[in-house]
Formats: sequence, structure tokens, C-alpha cells
Amino acid sequence: MAVNVDLTTIWAFIIAFAVFMYVVMDGFDLGIGILFPTFRRGDERSQAMNAIAPVWDGNETWLVLGGGGLFAAFPLAYAVILPATYPLAIAMLLGLIFRGVAFEFRWRDPRHELFWDFAFFFGSLIAAMTQGMILGALLQGIAVEGRSYAGGWLDWLSPYSLLTGIGVVIGYTLLGASFLAMKVTGRAEEHAYRLAHKAGIATLALLTAVSLATPFLFRQYWDRWFEWPSVLIVAQVPLLSAILFFALFRSIAKRRRYRPFLLSLGVFALGMAGLGISMWPYVVPGALTIWDAAAPERSQVFMLVGVAIIMPIILAYTAWAYWVFRGKVAEEGYH
Amino acid sequence: MLTDVTALTLARVQFAFTVSFHFIFPAFSIGLASYLAVLEGLWLKTGKSLYLDLFKYWLKIFAIAFAMGVVSGIVMSYQFGTNWAVFSDKAGGVIGPLMAYEVLTAFFLEAGFLGVMLFGMKKVGPRLHYAATLMVALGTFISAFWILSVNSWMQTPQGYVVSPDGRLLPGPSWLPIIFNPSFPYRLVHTVIAAYLTTAFVVGAVGAWHLLQDRANLHARKMFSMAMWMAALVAPVQILAGDMHGLNTLEHQPAKVMAMEGHYQSHPDGAPLYLFGIPDDAKQQLDYAVGIPKVSSLILKHDPNAPLAGLDTIPRDRQPPVKIVFWSFRIMVGLGFLMLGLGLWSLLARWRKRLYDWPMLHRAALLMGPSGFIAVIAGWITTEVGRQPFTVYGILRTAQSASPLAAPAVAASLAAFVLVYFALFGIGTWYILRLMSHPPHVGERGVASTERAPIRTAGITPGPTQNPGPEVGREPLPGAAE
Repeated sequence: MAVNVDLTTIWAFIIAFAVFMYVVMDGFDLGIGILFPTFRRGDERSQAMNAIAPVWDGNETWLVLGGGGLFAAFPLAYAVILPATYPLAIAMLLGLIFRGVAFEFRWRDPRHELFWDFAFFFGSLIAAMTQGMILGALLQGIAVEGRSYAGGWLDWLSPYSLLTGIGVVIGYTLLGASFLAMKVTGRAEEHAYRLAHKAGIATLALLTAVSLATPFLFRQYWDRWFEWPSVLIVAQVPLLSAILFFALFRSIAKRRRYRPFLLSLGVFALGMAGLGISMWPYVVPGALTIWDAAAPERSQVFMLVGVAIIMPIILAYTAWAYWVFRGKVAEEGYH
Repeated sequence: MLTDVTALTLARVQFAFTVSFHFIFPAFSIGLASYLAVLEGLWLKTGKSLYLDLFKYWLKIFAIAFAMGVVSGIVMSYQFGTNWAVFSDKAGGVIGPLMAYEVLTAFFLEAGFLGVMLFGMKKVGPRLHYAATLMVALGTFISAFWILSVNSWMQTPQGYVVSPDGRLLPGPSWLPIIFNPSFPYRLVHTVIAAYLTTAFVVGAVGAWHLLQDRANLHARKMFSMAMWMAALVAPVQILAGDMHGLNTLEHQPAKVMAMEGHYQSHPDGAPLYLFGIPDDAKQQLDYAVGIPKVSSLILKHDPNAPLAGLDTIPRDRQPPVKIVFWSFRIMVGLGFLMLGLGLWSLLARWRKRLYDWPMLHRAALLMGPSGFIAVIAGWITTEVGRQPFTVYGILRTAQSASPLAAPAVAASLAAFVLVYFALFGIGTWYILRLMSHPPHVGERGVASTERAPIRTAGITPGPTQNPGPEVGREPLPGAAE
């Protein structure tokens, strides 16, 4: 699996970066939404929501960059993956709508607070589940003929995609709980640590299950993970994961403030690396490599200039926005 | 074959529905973001807390409208892939990068600074907060720049080459693609439309509260600012619209023929049809009422200039006239009503009756939603007028859709309709409820005032929050924050 650094390869890494940023950043937003009903009404829930109210919109923008970037850099992949996962994509968008409006609507209408709490929870759950299932549908392969999707509209539904769906839901709850542990106070803080512990165990179980199931999907996946001698390199991913999980459980037990979240990010980064090892150089496994799906060189060059100049600026002001809202949240908002 | 047609039709309905719904929110938030920046700037410059009160009043409304714009916008960004996959594959090389630039330069800017704008006043202080407000306003404008560049390129494509397999690829330079022939006109016309939309909403809210209490200083200020905007910008918009129309005549003549209802060519001066029932099958305008030669006068600045009609365009390249004809008339009609209200407000100022002329206030209230209707009508005119193409003259709409089964598209369409009407209906209700509260001294969030009354700096909000009826007297400094 030699990697020649060409324009298309660079773009594959940029898209992977955007997707990763989305997964971890909106991941903790969605995780908090999924865990929301386990927090007590009133102060605890207000704290949990205010922990992400100033930043969720920026986090979600990475989804637009991931999708928009895929459209721009690999239009054919975009044109194949979205019709193939059509009902999932629509359900995800609707879930994100419920989740997004809940931030504003919840405060406007105290009498229907419970309804918006539910919308926040349910929208987050649907969005996370469908994102995981889209990942599963992609990994298990998509039927392509010529330049378009050639399967049925329920091909995405399989035990494997359900497994990845649940896996992402659980993984997001780990991010959400460990993020809240940093941000909230009082009983909610203790609750977040306990949730993080449970979510950590569940994430470990599901990550293991997905990792064991994936190599059986395609011959390529199997070879990547078990072929000698490259196994010596790729085996570092599960080994490192095991170490990170061990450190994660210790840091949760010791009630460390920042470490559980940072270690959860590490777990997700390794998951992403594992995904890359399986898929490379395919963007639609079994059908389209990144070069098959790539946009014309002029498009890629034009956008690369923008990314190279603007991305550092985006990262800088995003970091600044997080810095402004650093520390534990109070219940207040602009509301 | 029937199912193919149905899936295509459903996909078109779905796109039209989701984009029309979406467009309402950015049309409002582009103008409102700038208005907020002006209010905060005036507050910093003059130190008058009146401006800060107004800023906070409109900020709450902005937050709801912006959230609805964001979530409905994400749907739009994925619709190209879900429902228009063939279009995405064929035109993605050209328009994909422009949309990626929108994300990079606009969406992140808006989203990154929105949190500080909404929640950060106490954390970063007024000056840095003002910078965040400016960044959000700038973001809305940059977003309009890119998305209108994309849309304009689809209307007046240039700077592309066609690959052997029929894909549209960028040519040697991106400048002709971004700055395509209709882009400057469309950008100016749309951004002004967004400003007017906001002005009429602000004006209507001001008018409503003046009708309740004409001494309310906050209501006076917002009404006055909005009416200045209407009086000064509505004529500019009519001029910009006229120039946009001339540009369309040059590049998309069939669209103008449909707008004007010209099925037949007029070799010696075309009439301006005020009314008529377009009939595509018979290719004629029934019950036509027109003013002779005026259409030629407007479009060619010469009453006797010949104007070609749809009879010069093959039937399979004609847009559906009925929709374009009527949506255009709605837009133009509302534009002149806006101008009328703006002039009326000037008259009222001259007669010193701006704040005590209930008829004017009722008219302004009635005109509150006019911007939204005009924006949607204009959007329909330009989009339906482009049919039957997605990329004008090159790629047909019928050849752009995803290979999807009709039931899948029907189910998703039903889901969008249900969710949009329910959620955005509720959101609009919340906005209206916020607007129904009079703006007052020491403006705070509605949620806080409902849960616990707030007393600030010795001023207790009561039924009448204003210090007195004299015009120009400002609330005490330090009343807010």
C-alpha cells in the first residue's frame, strides 16, 4: 500500500481531516444530546446544553465541509454514496434539524421544554445512528455501474451497518460524557464521569465487534490487517487503542478533568486510522478509488490554495471561540 | 418510464420546496446581521443605551432565524448529492469548488463568531464583541457572494470546457466562472432584496408598537431607521432589477419572454402586458391587457424596437410561462408598493407625522412580510425561467436527477414537508411572539423576563417603559448590562 503523494492523495487526507473534525466535534454535541435525558431537569440540563450552545454551530459546519469537500474534490464519490444511502442521509438531515432548533426553541417556551428536550435527544440519536450506518454501508460496498449508483434503495440495511450505527452512537456518548465532565459542575459532573465510565466500556465492546467483523467484508480488508509483514505496522493501531482505553478508564476513575476527553479523542483518531488502513485507496470500497472519483486537477488546485490559506485562520478563530468559553459553564446564556 | 418521470418530478418539487423554505431565513439574516452591526456600532459610537436595547431585542430574533437557516441550509448542501447525483457528477468540477469556498470563507466565519456574538458580551467586552458581530455580518455577505456565483453560473455558464464523457470542467481561469455575466446583477439585486426584507420586518414591528404606544422611543427609532431604508433603497432596487432584467434579456431571452408573456414576436414595438392568462399549449396569452410599446421601451429603451417572442424558441427549450409570468408580476408589484411606502414615510417626515400617522403604521404593518414574498417570487422567476435546464443551455433538468425510485423520493418529500411546516412554523411563532413584546429599556432575554422579572440600574420595567414622550430624549445611561 504505497502512498504516492499527489494532488488527489492530499485531497483524500483533507477530506479525511474534515470528516474526523466533524466526527469528534459534533460527536460530543450529539453524544450530549443522546445522554440528555439522563440529566435531571432544570439546572443539570441547562448546564449540559450551555456547555455546547456557543460552539455547536461551528462544529456542525465541519459536516458541510466534509460533504461539500467531497462534492468538490471527489464529485463522483458524492454522486454515488448519497443516492446509495439516500434514506439514511435524509434521516440524518432531519435529525440534525431537530437537534439544531432545540438549542434556540428550548429557552423560548418553558411550557414545552420537555418536548424540545426530547427533540434534542431524538434528533441527536437519529443523526448519530444514521451517520454510523452510512459508514457501515460504505464499508460493506456500494454497487456502481458506469458513473452512478446501481443498487436498490435498501441495500444499506444489514446487520453490519446496524452494528456500525450502534457503534457510532455509543462512541459519541463517550465523547459527550467526557466533554461534559470538563464543563459542568455539581451533581451533573459526577454523573458525567459515571456515564463516561459506562460509555467507555460500551465503546470498547463495540469497537472490538466492528473491528472483528470488518475484515470479513472484503478480501482487501483482510489482507491489509493480516498480511505479513505489514501486520507488524498495522497491529500498532489496536495495541495503541488498548493502551488508550486503559489510560481512559484510569483517568475517569481518578476524576481527571481534561484527560478523559483527550483520550477519547485519541481513541477516535485511531479508529479513523484503522478506517484508512482498510479503505485506502478506495473512496467507495470495491468500486471507486480516489483517483477514479477525483475532480479535475484545476478544481483541486484552485481549492487547495483556499484550504492552505484559510484553514489555519479557521482553526485559529475556532480555537479562540473555544478559549472564550473555556472553564466550567454556568447556567446563564444570552437567553 | 412513468416511474422515472414521477421520481424526477418529485425531486424537483422537493428541491423547490426545501430551497424556498431555506431562502426565507438567509434573506432575513443577511439584512438583520448588518442591522445588528449598525446598532451595535451606533451604541459604541454614541454610548446611547437605546441602541444596545434594540441590538439585544433583535439579537434574540436573529438567533432563532439563524438557527433555522443553518439547519435548512445543511439540507440544501446535501440535496445536490441525494437528489441530483448526475448533476453533481457532471457539473461538480466547476461548482463544487465554489461551494467549498463558501464553506471555507463564510460558514465557518459565521458559525465561529456566532457563539461569541450570542453569548460572549460579558466574556470578551464590547469592542471584541463588536468585531464578532461584524464577522458574522461579513460571513452572511460572503456566503451570498459564493452561492450567487454558483447560481449565476448555472444561469449564464462560461469559462468551462466539456470533457469527452460529457462532464463540465473548469477552463484555464476561474475568474470567468466566478464572475460570470449575470453574477454582479444577481448579487446586487439579491443582497438589496435581503436588506429590504429586513427593513420591512423591522418597520412592521416598529409600526405595531407605535400603534400600541406612539411614545415608545425604541419603536420610534426602529420604525424611523426602517423607513429610511425603504425610502432610500427601494428605488435603488427597482433600478438594479431593471438592469438585471436587461442582462437576462441578453443572456436568457426565453426567460424574459416568459416573464413578459411574449409568446409572439413583436417586430415593431412590444406591449407591456399587465394581465393575461398564459396558455403554453396554445402558445398564447389569453385575456391579455397591455400597454402598447411599453415592453420595448423598458427592455430596449425604444418604443418601436422589435422584440422576439417564444415563437423563436423551440418548444422543448421553453420555460413554463404561467409560473414565471405571475411570479414576476408579484415581485414587481411588491417592489412598487415598497417604494410607495418609502415615499409615504418621507412625506410623513416632512409633515412631522412619522410617529403619529396610524394609517402609515398600519400600512407598514401590512407590508411586513412583503420582502419575503417578493424574494420568493423573484427566486421562482429566475429559477423556473431557467427551465428546462439546470445548467442553462447545456444540461437538462431531466438529465440531472439521481437514479432513485419514486417511493423513496416521495417518502423523503413527505418527511421534509411535515418537519419543515411543524418546526419552522413553531420557530416563526416564537419569532412573532418575541416581536409582540415591546422593546424596552434594559432589554433582556424573554426567557429571563418570563422566569424572573429583572430590575436594572433602578429602572423597573413596567407597562410603559419610556421615560417620557419628548422626542429625542434618551433613556438613562447605564440602564443596560
